[in-house]
Amino acid sequence: MGWKTWGLKRSPWVYHVNVGACNNCDIEILELLTPRYDVERFGIVLVGSPRHADALLVTGICTRQAEPRLRAVYEQTPKPCVVFLIGACACTGGIFRHGYGMARPADEAIREIDPGAIIAYVPGCPPKPEAMIVGAVKALAAL
Amino acid sequence: MEIAAAVAASIGTLLVGFFSSWVDRKVTARVQWRVGPPLLQPVYDVAKLLAKETLVSRRALGRGFLAAPVVGFAAAAAAAAVLWLALLRPAEGFLGDLIVVIYLLTIPAIAGIYGALASGSPHAAVGASREMKLLLAYELPLILSALVPVVQAGRDPEVGATFSLGALVQFQQNAGWTLWSVSGLVAGIVALLCVQAKLTLVPFDLPEAETELMGGSVLEYSGPPLALLRLTRTLLLAIAPIYFATLFLGGMGDAASGWSWLALAGKYVAVLVLVVLVRNTNPRLRIDQAMKFFWFGLAPVAGAAVVLAALGY
Repeated sequence: MGWKTWGLKRSPWVYHVNVGACNNCDIEILELLTPRYDVERFGIVLVGSPRHADALLVTGICTRQAEPRLRAVYEQTPKPCVVFLIGACACTGGIFRHGYGMARPADEAIREIDPGAIIAYVPGCPPKPEAMIVGAVKALAAL
Repeated sequence: MEIAAAVAASIGTLLVGFFSSWVDRKVTARVQWRVGPPLLQPVYDVAKLLAKETLVSRRALGRGFLAAPVVGFAAAAAAAAVLWLALLRPAEGFLGDLIVVIYLLTIPAIAGIYGALASGSPHAAVGASREMKLLLAYELPLILSALVPVVQAGRDPEVGATFSLGALVQFQQNAGWTLWSVSGLVAGIVALLCVQAKLTLVPFDLPEAETELMGGSVLEYSGPPLALLRLTRTLLLAIAPIYFATLFLGGMGDAASGWSWLALAGKYVAVLVLVVLVRNTNPRLRIDQAMKFFWFGLAPVAGAAVVLAALGY
């Protein structure tokens, strides 16, 4: 394990990007910060700026309005970073897959500017907080 | 040799600061009924940031933006070295080291303002303007409260007028802690609140204000510069209780005896936990409320404390 990822695995700071979610996944993400799950035990902290972030939590279908913003936020995140696609919508488009507002799946939008992006998928509608923690553990192990 | 001692003092302060920032986060977590981060969490954070990419925004003035954290960190490290010199070898301090410490402790804030304004972000600009106002607001009561131990020592014909921290510590060994007098108690409370603002902790965390400015003055920093900013804050978190203990709680007393380290550690933890509890039990003030609080609330009180000290209370 290189020294570059030694700290990263122990203190992933996350930035939450909502690209058109129904707010359900967002509520479950906030659940992670509550005393019940308390992800600060693992050094995970929610930060206010993508410049401080090591992980992006993307929720929602990638709408036409949000797609360029998602790419801008990804570019503003210092590398190495991990992208978490939280929920069925972010992973596949979910039931909105054929909707007129859907631009394209979020992973495609990110892979277009960075083919080597590390993307973790956490399916569910919404995923349980435990599922998000498992996703985080797997993604950090893959670094 | 002197340089090595100064570097050792700064590194030691940094280690103390890592511990303090863990105490801060752990106590905060316990207050919120959470478990909180592990002991080495502040070290992990800094190690991670040092390995990350540095991004400079297109609108930023690159050199000043990147130089500001270095200047702030250097000033904080120098302040730590001067403080430890006064504590460990009181006789060797120079006449005005109290003034030097107060001066050095303003530089991180000024460097923060410069870096935020150079970053070209509107959020950081709002944070910088607040930091500037906050600095103007708390400096006056902070300096007035630091005058109280000086005036008390000045009334003693053996000590005389001095701004030397070592002399103030030795005076407190003979005459008792500054805090155990009317003027000292008032000045101590004022100084503690100013320290809270100096550390930009709640209720005075206006420049960063995570919930409204999303990081404010540090918003645009990433990677190693952000690590330096965190190290500066870590240093300040260690320096502030030591500064308070030196001026108001008799420093570490007689540095030669082993008990003095224990005494200093006790004073340190007491001040730190007080600061953390204030941070956890107060909502953030608006900037106009904060300025009114310092200028029209604390500054006259601190001025009255100086007068009381001059009268011998």
